[in-house]
Amino acid sequence: MNKILFRLISLLFIAAILSLSVFAYDSGWDIPYSDDVDWKKYSEENITINVYNWGEYISVDAGDDCFDVNAEFEELTGIKVNYSNFASNEELYAKLKSGGSTYDIIIPSDYMVSRLIKENLLEKLDYSNIPNFSKIMERYKNPEYDPTNEYSVPYMWGRIGIIYNKTMVDEEDNVHSWEILWNEKYANNILMFSNSRDAFAITCARLGYSMNTTDENELRAAAQALKEQKLLVQAYVMDEIYDKMGGGEAALAPYYAGDAIVMMEDNPDLEFVVPDEGTNLFVDAMCVPKGARNKAAAEMYINFVTETLVARENSIYIGYSVPQQDAFDALPEEIRNDEIRYPNLEDTLKDEIYIALPETTTKLIDSLWTSILSDVKSSPWMTPVMLILVIGLTIIINVRREIRKKNKIENQ
Amino acid sequence: MIFKASKLTAAPYILWVMIFIIVPMALIAVFAFTTTVKVDGEGNILSAEEISVMEEELAVYNEENGTEEELELDERTIFTLDNIIKVNDYLPVLFKSLWLAAIATVICLVIAYPMSFAISRVNANRQKVMIMLVMLPMWMNFLLRTYAWMTLLEKNGWINKLLSFFNIGPFQMINTQGAVVLGMVYNYLPFMILPLYSIMVKIHDTTLEASSDLGANVFQTFSRVILPLSMPGIASGITMVFVPAISTFIISRMLGGGTNLLIGDLIDLQFLGNAYNPNLGAAISLVLMAFILLCMSITNQLDNEDNIEGVLL
Repeated sequence: MNKILFRLISLLFIAAILSLSVFAYDSGWDIPYSDDVDWKKYSEENITINVYNWGEYISVDAGDDCFDVNAEFEELTGIKVNYSNFASNEELYAKLKSGGSTYDIIIPSDYMVSRLIKENLLEKLDYSNIPNFSKIMERYKNPEYDPTNEYSVPYMWGRIGIIYNKTMVDEEDNVHSWEILWNEKYANNILMFSNSRDAFAITCARLGYSMNTTDENELRAAAQALKEQKLLVQAYVMDEIYDKMGGGEAALAPYYAGDAIVMMEDNPDLEFVVPDEGTNLFVDAMCVPKGARNKAAAEMYINFVTETLVARENSIYIGYSVPQQDAFDALPEEIRNDEIRYPNLEDTLKDEIYIALPETTTKLIDSLWTSILSDVKSSPWMTPVMLILVIGLTIIINVRREIRKKNKIENQ
Repeated sequence: MIFKASKLTAAPYILWVMIFIIVPMALIAVFAFTTTVKVDGEGNILSAEEISVMEEELAVYNEENGTEEELELDERTIFTLDNIIKVNDYLPVLFKSLWLAAIATVICLVIAYPMSFAISRVNANRQKVMIMLVMLPMWMNFLLRTYAWMTLLEKNGWINKLLSFFNIGPFQMINTQGAVVLGMVYNYLPFMILPLYSIMVKIHDTTLEASSDLGANVFQTFSRVILPLSMPGIASGITMVFVPAISTFIISRMLGGGTNLLIGDLIDLQFLGNAYNPNLGAAISLVLMAFILLCMSITNQLDNEDNIEGVLL
């Protein structure tokens, strides 16, 4: 009986393996890629590149009719893509700084790009391998974070706004202001960024400071405001926001426009606004970190992602805005006119792009942020009670042990 | 020279211990007591203010001359006690973690003790099945199990949905300390059951019969026979639950919503999170290790005490 079962299972196993190889990736997307690039250059060399990107920030694995960027790249070039995610710029920074793992491509945001440049953690790119760079819109070239544009190619851009649930937020309340994230009516219904830079930036915008402030007093005031807000915050989240807003767990959350669009497709009760005080306009850019093993293959990947049709499909799927001119022109009209994705220029005048802050300021923000998160709101007497308990217990146990020992010896 | 066979067989483990336990511990100690500072050409340590002054001067210089010079300073590692002193700020978080881990350990013990005893009393085949059932959740990934609790406990989660059929609730369950403790108990319960079971299965029924033959009632049999004999199991169970529970960070992040920061989260923040500061992270883990050492020596004493008794009797 057991033998038969065993054979059956192994048969099933073999069948599974066979079917896998039969149904190996075949997209059905016949995209004409640029022919000025020799895409097959590395196909014989058995190269794997490590791509490190934000979570939910590329079109992959999303069902049949969806363009799978990494699989298409592998099919076209024969280079394998090893894809992994990070949740915040700071996490990426810590990973790079501590060494240990090597990546060929990373996609940090503007301010982190300039910090990495400053700390000499990025390779200069060879733009002759990236001819598609010429299609990047002029206003995203030579940006403030990479003034000479030697290190980065813009991937996507977007803005931070407030995503809210129409059924849970009163119409009278002004959602067009960051102030609503401090409204006590929504205690326990507010989600907040769990990364320090975004959290501090929107707090500064609410208080009327610059998002790039380096003034210690302003930052301390912002930290105080965040501490006050902590009492109302349900959870500090990054990608978990998809579940929480999609499932109606919370009423309000500040988040990135592109992700908001994806969430709104899942849950029609959700709405997205950009507050009147202005917001952050961010650009995430592809870079090659120092120590990358396959720089040329990485540049080929960058070029592939910047291909007009790849960039178009990718941006439609992830909901972010594309900085590549031809890809933008190729977008369906309703997307090009969507003000969440592509706001009018005059609406973005108050927006600020993050710049790299001096080290003293980042250190201050980091320590303020830790103190906000570790601010224990309950019971100040817990420390002494705990100490007394621990010490008392130790004494009791030891004394008891000594007494017993003595008794035993006397008895004998 | 002839090596003793026993020493030779232990060699791989000793090598393992050296490379993966002793060296990292030493590194943590080194990190905890050092910090990196910027120094000028003569080796003088520069404060943050001095550096910003230099940066401003350089910017002025660059503007005047149209150059793009950058400030290049050497870095040096020096001994410092600042990291340890800074841990002071986070003592409340440490105590909170100790407190929650202690609660979780006690709950685990209370649940696991009668259960392991019950398992150890049934026949051998059923024991196997029951132990497998205890292990069954561990076949699933730790993260997935914790994630599942998230969907159960949420405000629109399954438990509240079920309760709403009976017009009860909704209750705020997720993002509370209770949820964190629940996550700890759920995840670490098998680590309490297994050592307790493996000790109790060695207590023969004949021992219990002898105890009642000699006139002990149920409570006396428990306190004079079962409890002392199972003490080593209790001690190792407590250690195996308490130590991972106190340093967990993913449970508190997923079920505590990031507002119930534990000491593990704090260390995570220093190494992988926003506040990149490995020196402070190492200092926090050093203090945590000291506390764990204290707790373990307490539980060991529980164990030893009865060993002495056993030897003397």
